[in-house]
Amino acid sequence: MSMMSKILGATAAFALSAGAALAEPALIFDLGGKFDKSFNEAAFNGATRWAEETGGSFREIELQSEAQREQALRRFAEAGANPIVMAGFAFATALDSVAADYPDTKFAIIDMVVDKPNVRSVVFNEHEGSYLVGMMAAQASKSGTVGFIGGMDIPLIRKFACGYVQGVKAVNPSATVIQNMTGTTPAAWNDPLKGSELTKAQIAQGADVVYAAAGGTGVGVLQTAADEGILSIGVDSNQNYMHPGKVLTSMLKRVDNAVYDAFTQGANLETGFNVMGLANGGVGYALDEHNASLVSADMQASVDAAAGQIASGALSVHDYMSDNACPVE
Amino acid sequence: MQKMPVWADVILIPLVSLLLAALLSAAVIVGIGEDPQAALKLMISGALGSTYGWGYTLYYATNFIFTGLAVSVAFHAKLFNIGGEGQAMLGGLGVALVALYIPWPHWSFALIGCTIGAALLGAAWAYIPAILQAKRGSHIVITTIMFNFIAFALLNYLLVNVMRPAGSMDPATASFPEATHLPTLHMLLEPLGIKFSKAAPANVSLVFALLAAVFVWLLIWRTRLGYEIRAFGHSESAARYAGINPVRITVIAMMVSGALAGMMSLNTTMGEGERLILNSTEGAGFIGIAVALMGRSHPVGVVVASILFGFLYQGGAELALWTSIPRDLIVVIQALVILFTGALDNMVRMPLERLFLMFGRKEG
Repeated sequence: MSMMSKILGATAAFALSAGAALAEPALIFDLGGKFDKSFNEAAFNGATRWAEETGGSFREIELQSEAQREQALRRFAEAGANPIVMAGFAFATALDSVAADYPDTKFAIIDMVVDKPNVRSVVFNEHEGSYLVGMMAAQASKSGTVGFIGGMDIPLIRKFACGYVQGVKAVNPSATVIQNMTGTTPAAWNDPLKGSELTKAQIAQGADVVYAAAGGTGVGVLQTAADEGILSIGVDSNQNYMHPGKVLTSMLKRVDNAVYDAFTQGANLETGFNVMGLANGGVGYALDEHNASLVSADMQASVDAAAGQIASGALSVHDYMSDNACPVE
Repeated sequence: MQKMPVWADVILIPLVSLLLAALLSAAVIVGIGEDPQAALKLMISGALGSTYGWGYTLYYATNFIFTGLAVSVAFHAKLFNIGGEGQAMLGGLGVALVALYIPWPHWSFALIGCTIGAALLGAAWAYIPAILQAKRGSHIVITTIMFNFIAFALLNYLLVNVMRPAGSMDPATASFPEATHLPTLHMLLEPLGIKFSKAAPANVSLVFALLAAVFVWLLIWRTRLGYEIRAFGHSESAARYAGINPVRITVIAMMVSGALAGMMSLNTTMGEGERLILNSTEGAGFIGIAVALMGRSHPVGVVVASILFGFLYQGGAELALWTSIPRDLIVVIQALVILFTGALDNMVRMPLERLFLMFGRKEG
């Protein structure tokens, strides 16, 4: 990391003195900061992977204030950074006004659609990945009751929940799914204590598998599930390693791939609407040595079959955000 | 007896404090293996070296002028208003309600309407702790802090459940209509032949902030009410003996304070964001306390201290953009300035006072 910082520092100094038109890519993290063990960190990992493979360097900034969203975009665009990738839906308004002023710069925004000719909008089919882990939860559950713990109550997280419930019901129509949201403020993304309490409450109601789609709050969910001897499901990054043999699987959202792809395409970034789903490896479930003993051959076969059907379009998972409603509870 | 000349109190002490904070910051920067001189240069050129930098510096300063004045007015009545943050949030709600639900023909009318909306809700939010203090003796520090949390919860509920456009992920209102968008300094200065950066968010509410500073000066030092506020602040029992109603002064001082804090949202919500977001105040309510302390609760001091903090914010942003100094260190630098100018005031003051006394004796 320190080596990396030095390179970055040196390029930054050079760029300043030269007035700069180096086509380096740039990455802007959201207010959560880049080491959040989840969304922003996945973006950072994708960028780091690109830098290691190509030997290139990239610019980055962690924001401190809302006014800096537009500021960082403009400053990077003026300094010649291309493409500029931003992690998070909250950039949409700023990008909407900036994109038109820099028609030669390519932008990529993750988790949101901004309809401009030089913007690539990357959205993920989280409902498809959640469907798969829902199927696994239902098969692993002995009590017929499984849980879902969301972070902040926003449509995106309801989309996770809805896909999950559909997956559970596809395997076991009579299963019960207990759903809780941690809160309605951004603090809900980083409240492991409350995550732990909610997990205990769900266990008391009979849940023996819980799925956490809650950012840093999920750490508490996974910990409590492991302590209480039930299974849990991680989210975004592969979190199986956190409690080997206790985490059934993780729903992968490959934010790192989205950043990596954008950086790789560089200034020729393909703009427009980019859906990262099962078909193109944008979402999926994690299988490694830490959960191999938990996933039976039958379970894997059925999930892989469903994944194939979703990818080919034979099976469609309802997207909560298409109509703000979920067909199953 | 005056221990020190006035100029030493208002200029020398803050300068020495700043110098100490800068030295310690430099030591921290050296400690993480960066060049403090280059960092300082980058901060100065980034924040003050272009109209673009000034635009951001003044944008942040506008926030701090409003909240700093808010804290100052309450200070004069010996009331410690920690609730600037919550009052500013409610002010933002006032701006959003007025801008969204009333069709305005022109920004100037909208600005007046939004000012009233922001000031009213900000004042109303300060009214409750004020009346609790005046009638029930509930300590204003505690109640205003608690009201910050209530404001956050209220705003959060409204943005998530009521005011958010359907299908939107962001807990924020819809964008305000075009007619309510405030002109930036670029648009204001262009007719005068001054080229000001187009990208910077500083806007016409800066003028309002400066007017508010003049208003506070007039109110505190040139009106009967201001005299009563200051008398109450110096000695409640003396003020009571002079026939000043303590309930009335507490409530009025706090409501003026709350209205000023609420008006901060003219800058962030109406001027910059053009929609109400959850996180629109970003701690400016708390920075206002440091600004008021540093500015000695005088409008001129508040304006100068606000520009200093604006400089720290914008300079810090430039550091984050172009160096690998992490953003946490920038917070450390800002905290050092607050610590030295606010909390550790006596550390500089007492030795200086002793020095002046020594010299004074010699001359005498």
